[in-house]
Amino acid sequence: MSAPSHAPRDVPILEVRELVMRFGGLTAVNHVTFNAMAGDITAVIGPNGAGKTTVFNLITGFYKPSAGEIILHGPGGQKPLHATVGHRIAQSGVARTFQNIRLFPGMTVLENLLVAQHNTLQAATGFGIAAVLGLGRYRQAEREAVALARRWLEATRLIERADDPAGALPYGAQRRLEIARAMCTNPVLLCLDEPAAGLNPRESEELAELIQLIRAEGCSILLIEHDMGVVMRISDRVVVLDHGRKIADGTPAAVRADERVIAAYLGEGDEDDAPAAPAPEGVA
Amino acid sequence: MSGASRLPEGPHVGGVPHNDDGVPEPGEMGGIPRGPEAAPPRPPVAHALRDAGISALVALGLFVPLVGLRTDVGPGGGGLILRTRWADVAILVAIVFAGRLAMNLWSAYRPAKKPRTVLRTAQIARIGTFVAPLFLGFAVLMPLLPWTTRYGLDLGVLVLTYVMLGWGLNIVVGLAGLLDLGYVAFYAVGAYTYALLSTTYGLSFWVCLPLAGIFAAFAGVLLGFPVLRLRGDYLAIVTLAFGEIIRVVLLNWVSLTGGPNGISGIPRPSFFGLSFSAGGGPGTFSDFFGLEPSPTHRAVFLYYLILVLALLTNWVTIRLRRQPLGRAWEALREDEIACRALGINVTNTKLTAFAIGAMFGGFAGAFFATRQAFVSPESFTFIESAIILAIVVLGGLGSQLGVAIAALVLIGGFEAFRDLEEYRMLVFGAAMVVIMVWRPRGLVSTRRPSVALGERRAISGDLVGEGHG
Repeated sequence: MSAPSHAPRDVPILEVRELVMRFGGLTAVNHVTFNAMAGDITAVIGPNGAGKTTVFNLITGFYKPSAGEIILHGPGGQKPLHATVGHRIAQSGVARTFQNIRLFPGMTVLENLLVAQHNTLQAATGFGIAAVLGLGRYRQAEREAVALARRWLEATRLIERADDPAGALPYGAQRRLEIARAMCTNPVLLCLDEPAAGLNPRESEELAELIQLIRAEGCSILLIEHDMGVVMRISDRVVVLDHGRKIADGTPAAVRADERVIAAYLGEGDEDDAPAAPAPEGVA
Repeated sequence: MSGASRLPEGPHVGGVPHNDDGVPEPGEMGGIPRGPEAAPPRPPVAHALRDAGISALVALGLFVPLVGLRTDVGPGGGGLILRTRWADVAILVAIVFAGRLAMNLWSAYRPAKKPRTVLRTAQIARIGTFVAPLFLGFAVLMPLLPWTTRYGLDLGVLVLTYVMLGWGLNIVVGLAGLLDLGYVAFYAVGAYTYALLSTTYGLSFWVCLPLAGIFAAFAGVLLGFPVLRLRGDYLAIVTLAFGEIIRVVLLNWVSLTGGPNGISGIPRPSFFGLSFSAGGGPGTFSDFFGLEPSPTHRAVFLYYLILVLALLTNWVTIRLRRQPLGRAWEALREDEIACRALGINVTNTKLTAFAIGAMFGGFAGAFFATRQAFVSPESFTFIESAIILAIVVLGGLGSQLGVAIAALVLIGGFEAFRDLEEYRMLVFGAAMVVIMVWRPRGLVSTRRPSVALGERRAISGDLVGEGHG
């Protein structure tokens, strides 16, 4: 896979160090350490119950880690995410999607994307008072927000459905909308929790293209996925978890050859299913 | 980024594209074969008769002990005697039989229900755009109409007060999806704020009005903090308790609030310093404008005052809905976890909803105090909260027009049924049940999007969340 030219490959965007999460007597995440490099697509794979989603919830502040550190190397310098409250993590540039889609179903597609830009817009409203009176820079800010939303609607091919309620979209479109909504927060790191779940092969294909497009925008990606075709083709680095522990960490090719990964997750027959050729021309 | 051009349209899988509309087009492959639709078998008359017979039997079993047997005090006050009323029982059972039979036959033979077409939805939406200005026009002109009586004017003031309270609560329950059963507490805080400030410090209504709003908003934040973590039923219980706490404090803090005696002699509002004294005299409204002194002037003034306050509530709500804050409220109602993942401060957003909703409750309370010239804890019981919540739910969560109509129907209807005397509550309750069965999501269940690239289309209530607290 040709290295994209837009970002240095050896600078981490996210450092996870000795992360531990216990729920009562159960240790869901057990001393996991890995780095996600800036500009990379880092995949986290593993069997069900391996602790992948728990790691995501720790990174995005939905859980507080029992021990360990999560450091984001964002545009504003280092930020210890393990000591930051949920909404501030999102504000520092970590966006996420959910395994079971969480849209605002009664709001239109466009409204979903404007809610994502809440903090930018709220800053332009002058504590809401100026905006209620129709004063100030609010109109300008809203125009810009709609423009950003429109851009991502075009990228996700949802522009035709912009005024439809999000709950009325078909499943695949809802998945794309959730990604578009996350991108409207202008993140530096996008965490995708099983974005290909429930998609047909063609939709998975489009999803892989969308993810690569997002990476080309300069946003690093952390990905949980069970679709090995997608993972092996687009990721630069794969972290394998099993029973809360990291059992492998490396390039897709190296991970696929790792015996422990094969035993724990991929299985013998899976190698045939994985596409032999890497991504077609022009990743970025 | 160059947008869509980067994502080429993938090739269609398979030969001729199959569009999923279920209608096979020429050359289109697959699809489910669609035969002529078989008409659903209609239940015969015998079935209807049998069902009605069973209902009549159940009714008989119920009415024999309930209606058929009656104990009365015997002549001379000695002991009870048993009277039987079999004729009444027979009539009731016959009514049940006939009613059930009619229902069965109607459901069997009524014309097939037409599905609601896009055209019909558009028609309803068009009617909707006319209804609101019509109501507004009527509300503005009502005191000037020649056939408006003093009673009608007072009723209008009452209805508008509840419209305003409904709109205020709509922010909390309808937009932010936080079920609040103690809204009357803020109404009470506003009323007592005005009552105490005006009787103790002699402050005028216009100074006290914003203060009442601020105090009520403060009470809203006070309530908001402990309940931030609670959702759904738990939130409802705590807000209910909060409402009761406020009432009990008002009842027992005798040195400040006068306890159960309340506060009387609250100054009436003035029109830019001109008072509405019935006796006329220098410095009064009637004197200044050279009118015949009349108590109607004050009633008209109060009417317009509450109309302006209610419209202010409406205007602020409509504006806020299009702001990031309003959208965040609605997003919170739809999915709180997603809000947090998008960097929305859920705590602050909930608190602002409580505070702004409470503020309008406080304004309404100050108005209530100045209109009545007397406040006591009796006016702020739980039933008030329940009525305001019923207005919001009946009108449709989040719908401004629906809430206004519901307030009119509920409060106006309550007065209209006054002639029915003891059956009033029965009719009233039955009407509410019927409305909720007929329109489970309220009178106006659709939601209008706050922003659109093209045309704004109403969103079906089925998709809109109700909030989880």
